[in-house]
Amino acid sequence: MMALGYAFLYLPIVSVIVFSFSGSDRATTWGGFSLQWYAALAQNEQILEAARRSLTIAAISATAAVALGTASGLALSRFGRFPGRGVLSLLNSAPMVMPDVMLGLSSLLLFVGLQQVFGWPERGMTTITLAHITLTACYVTVVVRSRMTSMDASLEEAAMDLGAKPWRVFFVITLPLIAPALLAGWLLAFTLSLDDLVIASFASGPGSTTLPMLVYSKVKIGVTPEINALTTIIVILVTIGVTVAGVLMHRRERKLARAGD
Amino acid sequence: MLWLALFFCVPFLIVLKISFAQAVFGQVPPYTPLLETTADGATSLRLHIANYAALLADPLYIAAYLKSLLFASISTLCCLLLGYPIAYGITRAPRMLRLLLLVLVILPFWTSSLLRTYALIGLLRANGIVSQALAWLGVIEPGEAVLHTDLAVYIGITYNYLPFMILPLAATLIRLDFTLLEAAADLGAKPWQAFVRVTLPLSLPGILAGTLLVFIPAVGEFVIPDVLGGPDALTIGRVLWTEFFTNRDWPLSAAIAVAMLLLIVLPTLLFEYVENRRVAREAQS
Repeated sequence: MMALGYAFLYLPIVSVIVFSFSGSDRATTWGGFSLQWYAALAQNEQILEAARRSLTIAAISATAAVALGTASGLALSRFGRFPGRGVLSLLNSAPMVMPDVMLGLSSLLLFVGLQQVFGWPERGMTTITLAHITLTACYVTVVVRSRMTSMDASLEEAAMDLGAKPWRVFFVITLPLIAPALLAGWLLAFTLSLDDLVIASFASGPGSTTLPMLVYSKVKIGVTPEINALTTIIVILVTIGVTVAGVLMHRRERKLARAGD
Repeated sequence: MLWLALFFCVPFLIVLKISFAQAVFGQVPPYTPLLETTADGATSLRLHIANYAALLADPLYIAAYLKSLLFASISTLCCLLLGYPIAYGITRAPRMLRLLLLVLVILPFWTSSLLRTYALIGLLRANGIVSQALAWLGVIEPGEAVLHTDLAVYIGITYNYLPFMILPLAATLIRLDFTLLEAAADLGAKPWQAFVRVTLPLSLPGILAGTLLVFIPAVGEFVIPDVLGGPDALTIGRVLWTEFFTNRDWPLSAAIAVAMLLLIVLPTLLFEYVENRRVAREAQS
């Protein structure tokens, strides 16, 4: 049963990887080993441009989301029952379960309203980034919050008792301790932003087509083997990224555990 | 400075999100005039009621809601049936293997869901492995494709959301005290009895969390029914998308979104909120 489940999870991905090396024009018939689709991909300016745009948006929004998410994660786990805590907590979980189409539509309406009142922001990369920050900050909050809850607050209290100012406690004690969670949160936010089609479609303006939007339009027209090559590259990059992050975090945990002994 | 940052950032976050929520609720619009209507507040208010009337009057929308609910419920059930044994297996595995198995579940989740949905297309075509296997089993006629049928949508949603079911389940199951099962066995319970009366009730929070994580996004899912389903696989997400991008009817798509929120998302979120508080209270007492 478990093997079947894992086969279900991996069969589609593996088949795409296999066919990305096919020499055939059609995406589902094997035409001998070939790298032609990778070559075609490397020459496709449109795809490369969209990929660059997506990566930029993902990097900016992940960084901002980590800053915002850390603040609210900290507030939710350390400041007890401050007024509005329940509301903040509920608001925080809402975007994570809410369907994408709703998030996309509501953020677009917000941007249009803002633009009418303040003349800002222009729809395009800025609005996509803002919408992505809102979405991904929630995920970062959850990651940071769970890390903070499982962490011993007495270290921070001890530092406070010894006369450290709050910001000093944060940078010297809290930040290093939650660093693995911040890295995990950043990676999560980065991939979520890189992956998003629906919200980006709503928030985008002319000339700001992201990679998923481009892939979507290509998929709608028909299967293009170039997308197989693109998928393979992304899968490999993600696997490397997750593995490296995992190993780093694991080592750190072990070091901390040993230091604690 | 930390305090300052916090009390600046947190309200900012709240404002950001509340304004966000208002954009959903209040499709009464300073927003609409941008498009067709140059009306003042009063006329757009009338417009807004008309949108809901349209929702109720046209059977297309009601059919889309029902279809979305059907897609989401069946797929959530599939996720649960498939995910539970996997989650259970993961938590019973030795420590190192457990970590590896968990990573293997999370890995596809880190890859783009659009690309994973695309990956299914090849398998679901007429000459794809899945279609051929199902034809061999007699589920579909030989030479037929699963692609562009409702079955393809079920497969697609289950495939995409499976990790969201497995992770909370594994998180609850791992905290399960297995001595309870031993105790049940000592007291003469058969394995299935122990499962139904001990394991299942104790894993209920995980089941609830997983169901929630799968069900709500699945209701509004746009990409999967659009890419894998047939033209009749009209879900709320697709209708909203079409109204917005093709018909460019912003107020109507906003009305669809609000109706979706009121009918599905809000009750489920409230339920989860109440449930969480109940659990917290039980933990306290």
